[in-house]
Amino acid sequence: MLRYIIKRVLLLIPTLIGISLLVLLLIDLTPGDPARMMLGASATEEQVEELREELGLNDGFFVRWWRFISGVFQGDFGTSLMTKRPVLDEMLFRFRYTLILVIFGTVFSVLLGIPIGIYAATHQRTWKDNAAIFLSLIAVSMPSFWFALLIIRFFGVQLQWLPISGVDTWTGWIMPCAAMALGLIALIARQMRSDMLEVLRQDYITTARSKGLSNRTVVYRHALKNAVIPVIMVIGGVFGSSLGGSLITEVIFSIPGLGQYIMTGLNNRDYPVIQSGILIIATLFAVIILIVDVIFALVDPRIRSQYTRRNKREGGKKNEKEEETVKAA
Amino acid sequence: MGENLLEIKNLSVEYHTDDAVVYAVNNISFEVKKGESIGLVGETGAGKTTIAKSVLGILPQLQAKIKSGEIYFEGNDLLKLSEKEMQKIRGNKIAMIFQDPMTALNPIETVGFQIAEAIKRHNKIKRQEARERAEDMLEMVGIPGERYRDYPHEFSGGMKQRVVIAMALACNPELLLADEPTTALDVTIQAQVLDMMRNLRQKLNTSVVLITHDFGVVADFCDSVAVTYAGEIVERGSVDRIFNNPKHPYTQGLFESIPRLDSNENRLKPIKGLMPDPTHLPEGCRFAERCPYATEECTAAPPEAYEIEPGHFVKCFKVKEGEK
Amino acid sequence: MKKKRKQSRLREIWHQLKKNKMAVVSLVVLIVLVLIAIFAPLLAPYSYSEQNVLNANASPSAEHLLGTDDLGRDILSRLIYGTRQSLQMGIFSVAIGAVIGIIVGSISGYFGSWVDNLCMRLLDIYQAIPMFLLCVALAAILGPSLRNAIIALGLGVVPGFARIMRASVMTVREKEYIEAAKSINCGTGRIIIKHIIPNAIGPMIVQITMGVGSCILSGAALSFIGLGVQPPIPEWGTMISEARSVMRQYPTQALYPGICVMISVLACNLLGDGLRDALDPRLKN
Repeated sequence: MLRYIIKRVLLLIPTLIGISLLVLLLIDLTPGDPARMMLGASATEEQVEELREELGLNDGFFVRWWRFISGVFQGDFGTSLMTKRPVLDEMLFRFRYTLILVIFGTVFSVLLGIPIGIYAATHQRTWKDNAAIFLSLIAVSMPSFWFALLIIRFFGVQLQWLPISGVDTWTGWIMPCAAMALGLIALIARQMRSDMLEVLRQDYITTARSKGLSNRTVVYRHALKNAVIPVIMVIGGVFGSSLGGSLITEVIFSIPGLGQYIMTGLNNRDYPVIQSGILIIATLFAVIILIVDVIFALVDPRIRSQYTRRNKREGGKKNEKEEETVKAA
Repeated sequence: MGENLLEIKNLSVEYHTDDAVVYAVNNISFEVKKGESIGLVGETGAGKTTIAKSVLGILPQLQAKIKSGEIYFEGNDLLKLSEKEMQKIRGNKIAMIFQDPMTALNPIETVGFQIAEAIKRHNKIKRQEARERAEDMLEMVGIPGERYRDYPHEFSGGMKQRVVIAMALACNPELLLADEPTTALDVTIQAQVLDMMRNLRQKLNTSVVLITHDFGVVADFCDSVAVTYAGEIVERGSVDRIFNNPKHPYTQGLFESIPRLDSNENRLKPIKGLMPDPTHLPEGCRFAERCPYATEECTAAPPEAYEIEPGHFVKCFKVKEGEK
Repeated sequence: MKKKRKQSRLREIWHQLKKNKMAVVSLVVLIVLVLIAIFAPLLAPYSYSEQNVLNANASPSAEHLLGTDDLGRDILSRLIYGTRQSLQMGIFSVAIGAVIGIIVGSISGYFGSWVDNLCMRLLDIYQAIPMFLLCVALAAILGPSLRNAIIALGLGVVPGFARIMRASVMTVREKEYIEAAKSINCGTGRIIIKHIIPNAIGPMIVQITMGVGSCILSGAALSFIGLGVQPPIPEWGTMISEARSVMRQYPTQALYPGICVMISVLACNLLGDGLRDALDPRLKN
């Protein structure tokens, strides 16, 4: 198992190098000169050129990339062109907001989505199942920012139960997390339902029933464990979409998270902010996917056994040998 | 061989899909005596598996519907029992072996757990004891007990089928329903598994309903045969009777389509045509369309089962006339 | 039975799909939406930009069926014109994503070995950036406009299409008829175009239908944060964003465009579900 984890962690390195190159490439393709943006239209050509030189914008692609990467390894993510503050400080401050939002959003959607999916699958073709399918379809099809505005209008303005923006108190987190989670709950519920139905059709479920096990054991012991495996894979993707979605949620609820920081950076052509912000989010995403894959491997013995000492080939040999001994007897 | 262990009377099962009703089993009756082994023979789609699943009460709940009939097991009608009562019988007194060992085992539980689970369900014993008995079962089907903790994907097809058999026999069932237990296996492994099943049957004195499409397996393993066609039993009798004196044109056709080494004929005689569409069964005899002896009478109304010798039933007008 | 077998694959799919009422309704809804988009100038009672500040934020009336917005523009007309932008974003971005995805996926799946490995590693890198963040970055870099939003969304959905295509191609590749085509000296390009793509297209149809829905959704989000369609051209996401300023007093103004987005995305999802069932009836039970 350890071998598998080490292998996956090592695979992270080329991915992250690739991402940093991609981000730098994106910035290079951006029309508009950051130096010109900083100095304003009134500055002369020489002043702009001087600043470009100072910022190292005239260096070659790989020189700039190396400077960025070596900086990152020394904990230096550069300085914002706009605020002149170190990007790292700013990001460390903002990171926790995004993390809370994304983690709560994901946790909510998993905790609600999985039971809803199981419920729908075990009540197949009843009104309960139909209602669950229909509601989740609506939730998936709804723009989350629109849903956010509606709940702000209702719970914030009309009923005045919850603060309409800001996260100074814990109540401020409720609506942002709900807005993040809604579509994802539905997504997971739909996935869970179809996986569950797929598994319930399998032969080994009939085998389990033929052993005289109770319905409860068949569904929760034999079916659920198998059906949850593909859902785990989806959770990685769900985390990714909530990372992307946090961008809008942060804007709507005025949460000072990473998404807002990147948005401001994009608007100002503040490239140290853009490249570091995207790199951080991509790293976070890659780490989550890694964790999800490891959990996946832990749950599924078919994958696990590929990485444990008694690997498949030996297992196969063992079989043949036994088949022979049986034949001989 | 004494009294009837299992007695099926006039069983009819339908499957309801969105488009149509599939008449899978139509008015089937047969019985299995204690210690007897009966072969259910027929083409794919003749309703053999449905019969077995009806006995065990594990038909797909949403689609399948038992239209009529009774299934007596040790004198009780299984169809009248509650789900709770059925659960006590399933895996305990009646067990089933499934066709495809590749898919019949839960891929993410150890094989040992899956055997011990059945033992624990039906016996009030401690986990450790169940585990020991599961290991004994593995040894009995020729798998070392240490492999208790292995997962299904670590076994070959033949070994998996042994595990499935161990699981089915774990609680010493009175009746074993074996649904094409060897079809998915290589020929060499088939013989091994059959040998093993025969030995176990003699040792445990279990009654067996063996579902197969292979007369060879039946001749090897069974005391009596029931030939199924389009959801009906068309001919039934002892292995000796049916093999030496098949009366129903379908049974005869089946024998003629089996290659024989001792025959001089170069060509096999396949039965012409296909089995009728189970959503639209013909009014008369189901086999009439393909039967070389079919008359007007055959397409008008279905024949009954005629007992031409004690224990030898044939569902055909031809034998009735022959007797006259 | 025999008749059915003779029917072409497409007719078979249609035959299956017809049985699913929700899917048929969704198809009708989508067709109506396309017609609305095409005939917007004929259908809309007013121009989308005609302002009347004196009659701003009006309630629904016979003249303005859904009322007017904060600049006195007719909301119904703006919704009707908005269909154009939203559908364009959905359809054209998926077209871009699907074409690139099919090419990448086919090459990767057909050739396998190092080509496949390379493509997959590149996709991994590409996908490490959450899709919506990537779209936002691309749209911001290219500059906010309908065209650029379409490009950004199109590039964002490439990996999904590529992976599905690759998986289908890998299963089809092993089939006997490809073996047969190779044995009669069919060229590689011809095998891919003539044999592999048509046979692997099934799952793609579903993905495309669903993709249109999700691109309409993401497109509305892009416009909402000002990176998509620019005012005064109406787009549902832009309209929600504009209605935000008067949300407190006139919440219904934000309601209508949101419902429009929801209906079109819902229709795409339902049709996608229906198509998946039709393509693989086994899944239905």
